[in-house]
Amino acid sequence: MVEHQHSTAAVHALAHQFDDLEQQHEASNLGMWIFLATEVMFFGGLFAAYTVYRHQYFAAFEAGSRLLDWRFGATNTAVLICSSLTMALGVHAAQLGKRKALIVFLILTMILGLAFLGTKLTFEWSHDWAEHLVPGLNWAPQGEILSRLQEAHAPLPQVELFMFFYFGMTGLHALHMVVGIGLMIVLVILARAGKFTPENPNPIEMSGLYWHFVDIVWIFLFPLLYLIGGLASSQ
Amino acid sequence: MSTAALEPSIETHVHYLNVNYGIKSWLLTTDHKRIALLYLGSITLMFVLGGAAAVLIRLHLIEPTGALVQPETYNKLFSMHGIIMVFFFLIPSIPATLGNFLVPLMVGARDLAFPRINLLSWYLYIIGALIVLGAIATGGIDTGWTFYTPFSSTYSHTHVVAAIMGIFLAGFSSILTGFNFIVTIHKMRAPGLTWFRMPLFLWAMYATSVIQILGTPVVAVTLSLVAVERLFHVGIFDPALGGDPILFQHLFWFYSHPAVYIMILPAMGVISELVTCFSKKRIFGYSFIAFSSIAIAVLGFLVWGHHMFVSGQSVYAGLVFSVLSFLVAIPSAIKVFNWTATLYKGSISYDAPMIYAMGFIGLFTMGGVTGLFLASLAVDVHVHDTYFVVAHFHYIMVGGAVMAYLGGIHFWWPKITGRLYPDKWARFAALVIFIGFNLTFFPQYMLGYLGMPRRYAVYPAEFQVLNVMSSAGASILGVGYLIPLVYLFWSMRYGPVAGPNPWGAKGLEWTTPSPPPTFNFETTPVVTEEAYAYASEEARVG
Repeated sequence: MVEHQHSTAAVHALAHQFDDLEQQHEASNLGMWIFLATEVMFFGGLFAAYTVYRHQYFAAFEAGSRLLDWRFGATNTAVLICSSLTMALGVHAAQLGKRKALIVFLILTMILGLAFLGTKLTFEWSHDWAEHLVPGLNWAPQGEILSRLQEAHAPLPQVELFMFFYFGMTGLHALHMVVGIGLMIVLVILARAGKFTPENPNPIEMSGLYWHFVDIVWIFLFPLLYLIGGLASSQ
Repeated sequence: MSTAALEPSIETHVHYLNVNYGIKSWLLTTDHKRIALLYLGSITLMFVLGGAAAVLIRLHLIEPTGALVQPETYNKLFSMHGIIMVFFFLIPSIPATLGNFLVPLMVGARDLAFPRINLLSWYLYIIGALIVLGAIATGGIDTGWTFYTPFSSTYSHTHVVAAIMGIFLAGFSSILTGFNFIVTIHKMRAPGLTWFRMPLFLWAMYATSVIQILGTPVVAVTLSLVAVERLFHVGIFDPALGGDPILFQHLFWFYSHPAVYIMILPAMGVISELVTCFSKKRIFGYSFIAFSSIAIAVLGFLVWGHHMFVSGQSVYAGLVFSVLSFLVAIPSAIKVFNWTATLYKGSISYDAPMIYAMGFIGLFTMGGVTGLFLASLAVDVHVHDTYFVVAHFHYIMVGGAVMAYLGGIHFWWPKITGRLYPDKWARFAALVIFIGFNLTFFPQYMLGYLGMPRRYAVYPAEFQVLNVMSSAGASILGVGYLIPLVYLFWSMRYGPVAGPNPWGAKGLEWTTPSPPPTFNFETTPVVTEEAYAYASEEARVG
């Protein structure tokens, strides 16, 4: 036991059920990967359903996709990739024990995450709401949008189904981002209190894995939702 | 036990039950053994409630015209029975109680890898159970436990959304349990405990956990979609709104068929432990049994379509699912043959847990073989949605999983409580359960083969004799379940002190005092031999 007592912080960081910090680190690492496997299956149910209906109702899904503005989606993709970079730099800083750099990178990651959510909320979802494009709540496409859908011979209930997948999948993704940002807030507070040492950057690394996962989900969502039928003739 | 006098008695040594007292020390505990007991209490309660619904169903079916309730109420009763028994009893039964208690002990660890997440899992379970019970108390659910669309999403006027919420939470409690077990088994084994020295119960729990973490999220998202369709009328599964009801069945059974293996794999793990201990013989074909657990977990994900032979899936899909379903028989039979081979020339003693194990082997075999009838495309068209199916899955789930659960509870009860129960009563109860079970469910095979459909509140008069037999059996079965409840409670106070190893069993859990101390072992155990290193027959005789 004695040889593991690098510092008092390290001793406090060791939970009673583990023999040493290395075992604890391996356990939480494996645990995070298993959790992510569960998450893949959770999103996977939605992706499977999306695939089936995209196959059955391709024309409607293509027309529905054109209701989205790919430029916002592309901007957000870039924002999220940058946030993954700052997160990775944060993990690196934690491993080296650079507290200030860690805090800066965590805050940057949060800001980028908030920018993503802000773009979705103010430029995309609220616009959809105004255009009566939210399925189940105010679905009633009108005017120019309605005539565009009719030109594309896209039955409205099927377009509504596409919009449901759009809101369902990006909504679930956004929920995960909110959880991630909540995690960052806790991490910043703990980092300021000096809870992370080079021997124990565990929580930072685990949150990093989670953040990258949420990022990757978006990488799949963007083309599947925004780019059906190419970039042409977007609004 | 000759060593009993040398052991400190149950009152004098500090163990997980007497280390501290009070409601808070239980509700905020992170000790896997206490969480196991919290689960044991809660699932026993759910078992009683689900059983009460079954009693009412069987009473109702004494008369061809229905003896007791309105058809609507009958629908709610079988839904309540199915939802409670599947999601709130069978799925958590062995993993959350025996698994929680035994996994750290069997790997030689102080606790599971994530003790607080373990407690969270129990709270999720309780909240989910309360929501479902609330939904039942305020009017019930009438969709059956399968929630088939579009009935569940559009037409049913009962508390479908609440039930889905409850099941969603219980599902996440199940995921967290599996998640904890996988990490613990991978990372926290004692020195010398290699994968192929592990007790087969751990292999079974590992395979179960894989299904829990990969299958459960799919049913969670599927049922959420049903709730969304119900609340917002988006056409996901309702054909009238443009949705596809077959897609619901695919997604639902992608989890709910593997869920059957969440119930039966842990049971098989328990049986492997019981059969070796009460034959005092090494298990026959250790690695075959270990890998057959993994094989069942993997194959289990590939057979869901056999629930949909008459639902309108393509005939080619039906053919493939039929063949794959037959393949599950191979690892299942490997286990049964290896258990019986273990008995051969063993020195067998018929203590209560062994009676349950014997009952399991016979009943599981019958349930498994009738499963092959159902996996055959043509036969399934005839018996689909009849009592033949009901009898088949009750032979697996009650004759299999519940028998093994009770056998396991009896086997490890001295470890859990430090006390022995009256063995004569226990053996008597096991026999009553076996007889009651067969009288309840064997007639249902015949009813189903004759064409009686499941889930109907009435039936033609010529089926009455078999139905009365089944109802009579159910009352015997009910009494059989009540007897252990009485003497196990009694034994907690008045049973003789068990000592650390009353059965002369192998395995790390038997090397520590009963009940175990909070951190399980005085010093980290070191494993130097394979599992089930019982003396060979020559050594015993000579």
